[in-house]
Amino acid sequence: MSVPHRSAGDLPVTGDTIAIRCLLNGVETELEVDPGERLLDTLRYGLGLTGTKEGCAEGECGACTVLLDGLPVNSCLVLTFQVADRRVETVESLDEALLAPFLAGGATQCGACTPGVVMTATWLLANRDLLSSHRIRELMAGNLCRCTGYDGIVQSIERALGADERGDTE
Amino acid sequence: MHPEELLRKQAETAPDPGAAEALAPHDLSRLGRRSRRVDGHRKSTGSEIYTDDIVLPGMLHGKILRSPHPHARIVAIDTSDAEAIPGVQSVITGRDMPLAYGIIPWTRDEHALAFDKVRFVGDAVAAVAAVDEDTANEALTRIRVEYEILPPLFEPEEALEASGNPIHEAKKEGRNGNITKHVHLEFGDVDEAMAGSDVTVEGEYYFHGTTHTPIEPHCAVARRNVNGLLEVWSSTQVPHYLQRELARVLDLDVAEVRVVQPAVGGAFGGKSEPFDLEFAVALLAMRTGRPVKILYTREELFYSHRGRHPMDMSYRVGATADGRIRAVDGKLLLDGGAYASFGLVTAYYSGQLLMAPYDVETYRFDATRVYTNKPPCGPKRGHGSVQPRFGFEVSLDKLAEKLGIDPIELRRRNFMGLGRTVNEFRVQSNGFMECLDKVEHASDWKNRYGRLPRGHGLGVAGSCYISGTNYPIYPNDMPQASAQVQIERSGRVTVLHGASEIGQGSDSTMAYIACEELGVPVEYVRVVSADTDLTPVDLGAYSSRETLMVGNAVMMACRELGTKVRASVATATGVGAEQVRLANGWALAGGERMPIARAFMLAEAEHGTLGAVGHYNTPKEGVHGDYRGGTIGASPAYSFTAHVAEVEVDEHTGFVNVRKIWVAHDCGRALNPMLVEGQMEGSAYMGFAEAVMEHQRVKRGTPEGGLHDAPSLLDYRIPTSLDCPEFIPLIVEANDPEGPYGAKEAGEGPLHPSLPAIANAIFDAVGVRIDRLPFTPDRVWRALQAARADAAPESESG
Repeated sequence: MSVPHRSAGDLPVTGDTIAIRCLLNGVETELEVDPGERLLDTLRYGLGLTGTKEGCAEGECGACTVLLDGLPVNSCLVLTFQVADRRVETVESLDEALLAPFLAGGATQCGACTPGVVMTATWLLANRDLLSSHRIRELMAGNLCRCTGYDGIVQSIERALGADERGDTE
Repeated sequence: MHPEELLRKQAETAPDPGAAEALAPHDLSRLGRRSRRVDGHRKSTGSEIYTDDIVLPGMLHGKILRSPHPHARIVAIDTSDAEAIPGVQSVITGRDMPLAYGIIPWTRDEHALAFDKVRFVGDAVAAVAAVDEDTANEALTRIRVEYEILPPLFEPEEALEASGNPIHEAKKEGRNGNITKHVHLEFGDVDEAMAGSDVTVEGEYYFHGTTHTPIEPHCAVARRNVNGLLEVWSSTQVPHYLQRELARVLDLDVAEVRVVQPAVGGAFGGKSEPFDLEFAVALLAMRTGRPVKILYTREELFYSHRGRHPMDMSYRVGATADGRIRAVDGKLLLDGGAYASFGLVTAYYSGQLLMAPYDVETYRFDATRVYTNKPPCGPKRGHGSVQPRFGFEVSLDKLAEKLGIDPIELRRRNFMGLGRTVNEFRVQSNGFMECLDKVEHASDWKNRYGRLPRGHGLGVAGSCYISGTNYPIYPNDMPQASAQVQIERSGRVTVLHGASEIGQGSDSTMAYIACEELGVPVEYVRVVSADTDLTPVDLGAYSSRETLMVGNAVMMACRELGTKVRASVATATGVGAEQVRLANGWALAGGERMPIARAFMLAEAEHGTLGAVGHYNTPKEGVHGDYRGGTIGASPAYSFTAHVAEVEVDEHTGFVNVRKIWVAHDCGRALNPMLVEGQMEGSAYMGFAEAVMEHQRVKRGTPEGGLHDAPSLLDYRIPTSLDCPEFIPLIVEANDPEGPYGAKEAGEGPLHPSLPAIANAIFDAVGVRIDRLPFTPDRVWRALQAARADAAPESESG
């Protein structure tokens, strides 16, 4: 998913910053940001939403995945002004019931990739028709995990798709 | 809340023990169950705190200037322009921390920031602290460093040839400063046994070098308090060693340094020694009086490295006609990169950890670790022993082929059982035979090995690994692991232990041990770990030591408390203490039961405040030989593994598709099978990745020599979910008397067989031996072409 490049020209500029509004985790949010500021930094440092992690800062690992208008994006590659008038969802917004399958199985070890994995999985669960043409492993290929070998992640998503929240743990 | 109200609530929420008294003891046990991680909820919701999530008031951002040259003398550094930039608060160089450091006390050859020389592209030269990252980066561009370029040494063979400009000055005159360590050990008369062997196989093997790439980059934050305390939060896996080295280099009292390890987002050995950023944030915080943070870029991880050593290895193996191993002769050249790191140990491990699980009559190895002008190598999951295991297990496959013996059968014939390895390590539990049985059965080996269509193949390999090192890095007689446990009248249990939770699940393991011993639900347990101010000393998460060592310490502390609680319950209920059980939130005494908080209240009333400490120290008698070096590689308990890998080789492209790996691992008692399986799958994954995808490599030539070939995750090629085979974990439990409840390690052993099992499967698939890693399509394709060319004259004559 590519983010259309928005021209900063049609946004209000005050001094060195740009004023934007967006729907962040369901809340209308006004921000004044530096034109070069990454969404990842706005979330983590500006707003204290540290659930979104920095793993590589070059769009490869997916640890910083957030949903932009419902689609997963690497927030390290999005400039904050680009989310003007759009909907942004981070891991902090998720319904914990949805996370249950991730707690039950072997989807998490060190946890650095987990928030990103959970965001992509959220998108997958909300768009189940994708599974008619893609395998879970294809849809999750943008989130690198170094601990699990991926079986635990894939199985957790399968459990979530089956809505069996009991999982295989006690 | 009134105590009775609290008890009523707990009685309502605690699981009904039902006819608990009628249950067998193991039904009440928390161990052996697939229990969820205690940190799983925090990690899945993003609420876990990692080092980079810490923001302190007034915090500055630090950056490190790195050398663009692989080998050069630092003539002068001018920081005045950088210091003049508004917002720059401090600039430091090697002159500010002149004391050399190193994780191994005998090989301190590194400076926090390069002192006189730089030895690889990426060596740290200076550091700045500024009000924000942009200003810090700008300051780096204004530091002027004058270098005198020296000729770089990239190949280990070059480094062996002593000449001018050694990478490090020799410690003794006449020695080659490029050699970190040379080890030569022989057990029995190898030459005689080799000469008397019915059959020998020889081979040259090469391991290429790989790095850890945890998803969380290294990060450190430091603050100097007004009362002089230096606090450092770091993504380290060795808080204790870091605390000591910080104090040494910064000339502080160890008691004035606090190291806190927040959640660590993966380490795999890559965070098991002090790094430049930890010293830099500490000194910058001391200089500026403000907190300072440094977060490595992804590129910096590839340069700071400390990953698996490239190794040139040759093995000659002699055996009897029925496949019994009589002699193993190995020669290894380790490419260490620019600094020693753990290299002294790596040199020993490359030979010492190879013998079990086999009964080998004689053994000799000669290992030399040299310096080169490349990112320093160090310990990576399966430290020092993954490379030789590859060469040796492929050698065994060749031996089986030569003798016409099934490769699994050959390994069975050489099974050592219990007792001593040829290099005198004591093995008290050994489930290797069961591992072989499991992978043989699960892979349908008997019907499929050697019988699959061309292009498809199966391969087997075995291995052994340590559950912690028998001796600490700096010699001392104090405990190697310790814990403190507090319980109180609410039912709450707090476990304070020094182990580093790096994703492997040590906090969860310690919590469930507390549940097991004290009968509380896991929700009542708080785990405080790896904070040198709050927790007793532990040496860190390396060499797979935490479950065995810290687990024993936690168990000891909990047992002392459990004894007191049961005694108080016995007094109150009039039954014998031996009849009191603490389980699942209840104290069960004869026919009576009470919420666990009532039991703790009784004990607190009788004994006063309830706390206990526990510790573990390794056995020293009869564990290893008394020859020089005999302690290195010794462990209280050894784990065993066998893999079968299934591959599909595309002969047109050379692409090796690893389809499935069956992983059977003897971890002793599996305290939590879900965590054990996670370690088994993750280990096998990492070995698979090293076999077919990853390669840590620097460029050669001028001017790009020393630059990393692919310092990003995708170019270095760590596997995605699409690349991975299916992993089938098969747990084997050969309990060890040294382990808590019999438990041994699971985090590193299951990596080893991946590489040789894949190599052996390629041979089964296409009849080609590829003894150099990694098995990239071009290497495999060339090997297939060469095999065809070799076969051509025969087919013409035939």
